[in-house]
Amino acid sequence: MATTVDAGTRPAAGGQKRRSRGRGARRPNWLGGAAGWLWLLIVIVPIYWIMITSFKTQSNYFQTNPLAPPTEPTLDNYKVVIEHDFIRYFVNSAIVTLGAVVPAVLVSFMAAYAIVRAGDWWVLRSVNSLFLMGLAIPLQAAIIPVYLIVIRLHLYDTLLAIILPSIAFAIPLSVLVLSNFIRDVPKELFDSMRVDGASEWSTLRHLAFPLTRPALVTVSIYNGLAIWNGFLLPLILTQSPTQRTLPLALWTFQGQYSINVPAVLASVVLTVLPILALYVLGRRQLLSGLTAGFSK
Amino acid sequence: MTTLAPPAPPGTRRTTSRGRRSGSLVWMALPALLVFVAFAVVPLVGVLLLSFTSWDGIGVIRPAGFDSWRSTLSDPGLLHALWVTFKIMALSWLVQTPLSLLLGVFLAGHQRYREFLAVLFFIPLLLSSAAIAITYKALLDPNFGLGAGLHLPLLTQDWLGDTKLAVAVIIFVVSWQYIPFHTLIYQGAVRQIPRSMYEAAQLDGAGRIRMFFRITLPQLKYTIITSSTLMVVGSLVFFDLIFVLTEGGPGDATRVLALAMYKQGFQANLMGLASAIAVILVGLGLVLALLLNRIGGGSSSASQLEGM
Repeated sequence: MATTVDAGTRPAAGGQKRRSRGRGARRPNWLGGAAGWLWLLIVIVPIYWIMITSFKTQSNYFQTNPLAPPTEPTLDNYKVVIEHDFIRYFVNSAIVTLGAVVPAVLVSFMAAYAIVRAGDWWVLRSVNSLFLMGLAIPLQAAIIPVYLIVIRLHLYDTLLAIILPSIAFAIPLSVLVLSNFIRDVPKELFDSMRVDGASEWSTLRHLAFPLTRPALVTVSIYNGLAIWNGFLLPLILTQSPTQRTLPLALWTFQGQYSINVPAVLASVVLTVLPILALYVLGRRQLLSGLTAGFSK
Repeated sequence: MTTLAPPAPPGTRRTTSRGRRSGSLVWMALPALLVFVAFAVVPLVGVLLLSFTSWDGIGVIRPAGFDSWRSTLSDPGLLHALWVTFKIMALSWLVQTPLSLLLGVFLAGHQRYREFLAVLFFIPLLLSSAAIAITYKALLDPNFGLGAGLHLPLLTQDWLGDTKLAVAVIIFVVSWQYIPFHTLIYQGAVRQIPRSMYEAAQLDGAGRIRMFFRITLPQLKYTIITSSTLMVVGSLVFFDLIFVLTEGGPGDATRVLALAMYKQGFQANLMGLASAIAVILVGLGLVLALLLNRIGGGSSSASQLEGM
């Protein structure tokens, strides 16, 4: 990372595109190719099946080849799903995801900034060690005390009950990724801010924030996906249908309609749709977000 | 500490300025610290404490000494859950690692069609475990699933009702869900191997297979360890997928530790016992992570993805 611009736009993969083109063309990798196409088939067939089946009527589904596209596509399944309050679950999931990701990334960013700026100061070094140890805490193992705390705070069966632990468990990895990123900002920039008399708060806002923006996006995507898809917290911490999030709603919906395969699959498509749209819009950022902190 | 300006100010001013700066740094770190301590550190300590109590999830929490531990450790169900957990851990590692490696190396090439393949390839990463489990539950249904529709007897088995098949299905679905992630890690790592190494080997007349074993594999050592750590430690906490797919069944054929904990705690209302299992889970995770870290020479960070 020679310059700040580099530090700001570090691509996770595909940076050296032109250079290595053609390596495989010279020496065909048959085994890899075979595995690649085979696995593609394994990945695609179920997804294709979900898509086409969600547009079939129930009788059509039973009578025709399950892998053939629907002869008379219908939106009835989606109507059934929407009539079962999926709009509400969708809104709940959106509230939980935004309500957790925005504060989680914000507090993690501030903490990461403080940790980097404090250097060897033992107070923030131990805070950092605590966060690093937190990477090893599985949510599943902590769920019983979390449940107890939520009950004692009278938050049981509210969306806030899902949001608070989600923030806590998003912090360790976010701080790790963000502090690695802030460390790449050249020290001279901080020094010049300080010479200009800027406080730490204004350095945080006017220097670190704009330079860290790509990493903030990455971390938001990673956490957003994990929280949007989260199942355990809603399962344990909520009860009433009005507080249900999408993954939980999928599960209860299948419990009731397991025979109506097209409707069940329509509910799956509906929950995946926003993420798929994001994937189409920003594939590279999404993928680099997924391996944040693991592939460096 | 922040580097001070070259012309060091007099002692008093220096300390106040330093004090004010570290003061605001502490304020910046405080919100994250508070939430993290309240909802992650306290629960971790709490689960240890709760394992020495008896609590039904609603009423009063009573101290119970080693009761929960005694009944957990003497329960044949725990041993069985441990066995199932290790079985799924080992088998899914065995399936995922070679495939992810192979696919990662393959996708590291920059040909157009490979990039196109990669786009479709990573879709499973986006789906929730619940959605994946529900899809496969419908797809594998012996009466309404794909096999029945295609009239293929081979596909029309009682996939989730047979003890052996259910374990196989879980390993397959786990691989379906996570191979893209590990492929992504390997793809990135392979692209960082210096091209000059391959060029030199090529001049020496090394074939593709030899280059793979002499260059690619050794260069990927740390990536393999990171990926394996994520797989192994992550498989300890598989919950969503198995819960939706089989709920631990048939019988207790797929009841892994995390599921055993859920059932003891939230279905049988024995929170003390469930907490003991949770402590075992944390301990196992740490031991495995440290072990793998030791194998790797201690430099790769042993971290894990929570919930994924």
